[in-house]
Amino acid sequence: MSIDQSTAAKVAKLARIKVEDDALPALASEFNTILGFIEQLNEVDVEGVEPMVSVEPMRLKRREDVVTDGNQQDKVLANAPDAREGFFAVPKVVE
Amino acid sequence: MSDLNKLGLAEARDALRKGDVTSVELTESCLKAIDDADALNAFVHKTPEIALERAKAADARIKEGDAPSMCGLPIGIKDLFCTKGVPSQAASKILEGFKPEYESTVSQQLADAGAVMLGKLNMDEFAMGSSNETSVYGNAVSPWRRGNDDAQLTPGGSSGGSASAVAADLCLAATGTDTGGSIRQPAAFVGITGIKPTYGRCSRWGIVAFASSLDQAGPMTKNVRDAAIMLETMCGHDPKDSTSAELAVPNFEALLTGDIKGKKIGIPKEYRMDGMPAEIEKLWADGAEMLKAAGAEIVDISLPHTKYALPAYYVIAPAEASSNLARYDGVRYGRRAHLAQGDGITEMYEKTRAEGFGHEVQRRVMIGTYVLSAGFYDAYYNRARRVRTLIKKDFEDVFAAGVDAILTPATPSASFGLGEMTEADPVQMYLNDVFTVTVNLAGLPGVSVPAGLDAQGLPLGLQLIGRPWEEGDLLNTAYALENAAGFVAKPGKWW
Repeated sequence: MSIDQSTAAKVAKLARIKVEDDALPALASEFNTILGFIEQLNEVDVEGVEPMVSVEPMRLKRREDVVTDGNQQDKVLANAPDAREGFFAVPKVVE
Repeated sequence: MSDLNKLGLAEARDALRKGDVTSVELTESCLKAIDDADALNAFVHKTPEIALERAKAADARIKEGDAPSMCGLPIGIKDLFCTKGVPSQAASKILEGFKPEYESTVSQQLADAGAVMLGKLNMDEFAMGSSNETSVYGNAVSPWRRGNDDAQLTPGGSSGGSASAVAADLCLAATGTDTGGSIRQPAAFVGITGIKPTYGRCSRWGIVAFASSLDQAGPMTKNVRDAAIMLETMCGHDPKDSTSAELAVPNFEALLTGDIKGKKIGIPKEYRMDGMPAEIEKLWADGAEMLKAAGAEIVDISLPHTKYALPAYYVIAPAEASSNLARYDGVRYGRRAHLAQGDGITEMYEKTRAEGFGHEVQRRVMIGTYVLSAGFYDAYYNRARRVRTLIKKDFEDVFAAGVDAILTPATPSASFGLGEMTEADPVQMYLNDVFTVTVNLAGLPGVSVPAGLDAQGLPLGLQLIGRPWEEGDLLNTAYALENAAGFVAKPGKWW
């Protein structure tokens, strides 16, 4: 499986990372090196083997569906690059 | 007493209890050593006020008696741990200015035990790297040099600042985290001890997530006893981490008898890599001889899927990272890119992440995005998870056959020069983790013990891998190895 420039551009878009057009050939080439390394996994017979979910065969703990925390608006917003009137602020989303 | 910063945890604890020294004296000695060591770039956020305040409180507590082992002991905290009110950036530009409103469980447990935080330690960005060269703070530098050559060497990664700081006696010990070898490889590179406990031993809450099914915190210390002391304080069940184990934490230090008579130590043939340096091969053989001389039985074992561990890791870890790092969007915390007139929310995400993530992090996020994308999920991600099941089964089979621990080299080479790998393709750098990454995939405890020097005078380490939840037994075997190896070399001070 070889990655071309348009696939590299698509992956960058999916990852929401801006990649300039002139950087795409190098990126595609790096992807191909890494994926070439990963291709070794095709040598392994995995027929009938379950994909691992967790190293410990544990069931995730459950708890009561109740509020355990809250009323910390100031703390939640303290690190926001742009917070106004008790909200996170972002560029206009709807015209 | 002079050079208090050179003490280990156990020595300092005993001196504190005897009243020979105070925590304030220990802390001041470390703070001075830190200020003298800016050339190592190990401490990237210094917190002397917090340190002295905690040291005073610890002295009061020790005076009252009944203080825990870690009380009054000055340590460094890896930048990956969120520390309340103190910058916690995971060495990334995207978290510039981030000061958490909360404390990670592990650093809280250390603080509750009275440990003194000296500051935050350098690392690879988001713990992605094996040389501490991907950090926004710049490279951490090893205190070691190749003889009289003044070329700067890597302290390893990702916990490079922790390794450098402990080896250079800037602190008594440090926290690290290990996703593919990030405690054990740097510990080996600088001649200190580092243990990654069983997955689930230490709470991951408040530690910036890289690959959640692999990440574990652990101590990096000057010797095995110190590792036992600090690990005990770091471990324990935490309801805030759903994968944290509800198991009692033993007194690991009390289990250090040095008696390993009758223990079965496995030597896996698959770890004998092509092109392995003769020095590493010899160190490994010497280590096996030492354990044999201490009364252990050495057996040849096979872990047939070893070869596939690194490729499986480089699917699973980036996949989890791409998901975990989706939260860095320039909205809730950290740094947002400067936007042009008319830029919408998509441009904000894309520019923020392009500017905020370094090259290696971007590469891994995108690889992870690719292997999880529609049409490739089965071929890459699910296949890698199946291979992971087989890798874990390799270990289960060996342990079921009665093996108590497995001895391997910690790294395929000694430390290398900063910048020496710049031209290499990324896979070459990934090979640093070839002996350590299997342990994360199988969730097992692994410890790196300094065991010798190479021809250039640089430290080399051996790794012991234990049964799940048997850190106590593993540390005891490491203790026996440490006693036999008698590693005492320290870097000469040039900084």
